[in-house]
Amino acid sequence: MPDYEAVIGLEVHAQLKTRSKLFCACSTVFGEEPNRNTCPVCAGMPGALPVVNKKAVEYGVKLSQALDCQVNDRSVFARKNYFYPDLPKGYQISQYEHPLAEEGQLEMPVNGSMRQVRIVRIHMEDDAGKSIHGAENTSYVDLNRTGVPLLEIVSGPDIFSPDEAVAYLKSLRNILIYLDICRGNMQEGNFRCDANVSVRPRGRPEYGTRTEVKNMNSFRFVHKALTYEINRQIELLEDGEQVVQETRLFDESSGQTKSMRGKEEAHDYRYFPDPDLVPLSISVRDREEWSRELPELPLSKWRRFLRDYALPEEAADILTGEKDMADYFERVVACFGEPQTVGNWMISEMLRELNEGNISASESPLAPEQLAELLRLIQQEKISSKIAKQIFPEIFARGLDPETYVEEKGYLQITDESRLQEVVREVIAENPDEAASYKQGKKKLMSFFMGQVMKKTQGQANPKLVDQLLRSELGG
Amino acid sequence: MRISKEEVAKIAHLARLEIGEADLGRFAGQLTDILDYMDILNEVDTSQTEPLYSPVEHETPYREDEARSECSKEEVMRNAPRSDGEYFLVPKVV
Repeated sequence: MPDYEAVIGLEVHAQLKTRSKLFCACSTVFGEEPNRNTCPVCAGMPGALPVVNKKAVEYGVKLSQALDCQVNDRSVFARKNYFYPDLPKGYQISQYEHPLAEEGQLEMPVNGSMRQVRIVRIHMEDDAGKSIHGAENTSYVDLNRTGVPLLEIVSGPDIFSPDEAVAYLKSLRNILIYLDICRGNMQEGNFRCDANVSVRPRGRPEYGTRTEVKNMNSFRFVHKALTYEINRQIELLEDGEQVVQETRLFDESSGQTKSMRGKEEAHDYRYFPDPDLVPLSISVRDREEWSRELPELPLSKWRRFLRDYALPEEAADILTGEKDMADYFERVVACFGEPQTVGNWMISEMLRELNEGNISASESPLAPEQLAELLRLIQQEKISSKIAKQIFPEIFARGLDPETYVEEKGYLQITDESRLQEVVREVIAENPDEAASYKQGKKKLMSFFMGQVMKKTQGQANPKLVDQLLRSELGG
Repeated sequence: MRISKEEVAKIAHLARLEIGEADLGRFAGQLTDILDYMDILNEVDTSQTEPLYSPVEHETPYREDEARSECSKEEVMRNAPRSDGEYFLVPKVV
């Protein structure tokens, strides 16, 4: 069997976090009663005129700049004509020949090396509404989402595996979130993805026939759908059959992609420039201002975390993977220093609690200053790190002041030498056989004694001091 | 430019217009006439001319991103051929 290679291009639709719609003043608030956020413009009434939302243009330009795209001096809104009940105008306002921006790239770390994926184009368009298909012969149409601004981001065919596809999507989503222009939630549909997939024998320059895969609403499903589709195409070719160019829907329950047969009437959208809208020319002044407002992007932050904090790559991945997490980390480090200790604590202890509560770092009940204080208590040997880990879930959940808490609960480490001396002597007296073996050279028994002392002190003895005392009592 | 009956049928279908067999020929002729007339423009050399996307060329008018309700839900729903007061009702589409 020849070795095959998959070629994947991704189209992402990112819903922008504007207050109002792309061409009218209707609210974009999610979860409003059906058809509340509508007006003659988005409901497609004859004679109503669209006016473009400046914030949506700003967000589009910022993403284009973040992805190193060429922002066109002039882009043109075009009508994409098709009939569907949740598209009341009978056309979607999109961009066709002259998109907002072209020819960029997204750089991302994959398995320890850097990968570049070309961005072919970024264009603006308005979203369609929602249809609910009833039991009888009726569909229910809600136009609240109709006209909400979207950016479509089209990658080059530069993605070669489901792993890379997921890495690309996560990087792009992360950039959108860092820019604070999209909520990036796949389940809620404000970050959607379609994939063009083909396979070819490895080393062949020409592409195979591609299919378009839709309806993948989580990273896991993207991975599953692409893996299935790649294998399906390879099997077809192996059996001497042809891949049919078509749109296929991912079915969550079976984990398969299924042909949308019947709905595949040849696309003929008859694009033409929208006569209701003048071309979009973005002034140099606006462009420069927006460029200055760009925040530090995930990849720069990732590199800075490696360089300035000497973090391992894996830790930097996790800490910069969510902007909230990175911000929290830097605030703790600002109070406490020791970035590696802070990183370890956040990744092991705190992330577990965040995941359990399904919240982001910015929603953490425990403030960064409080985590810093907890770490300081360990550093000052007021509590052991074992105790710190033990009490962490509670002080985290309730946002408690660590110092007050350990004092009230009596968790402070025992550093009183005479008290520990007593305990050490007790332990030795209770275990004469082990003490004898130790003295004869079985030094490994040190940890046994340490364990016994900790048991008697509920883990609160200062380990360094206990170690010293044991050594002097047992003679070396 | 010759427009065939088949092309008229296809365009009509895309526009969801019903055109009887008898009218296909008539519309094919009319569309051909219109396109032939427009062909006169092709006599002008436009290779050095920027396409005109809009007769009003000026700075892009923007709307600031402020949400407000410009008409009531009831007013919008009043235009629905079928509605339950909440949704527009249409024949089932799946």
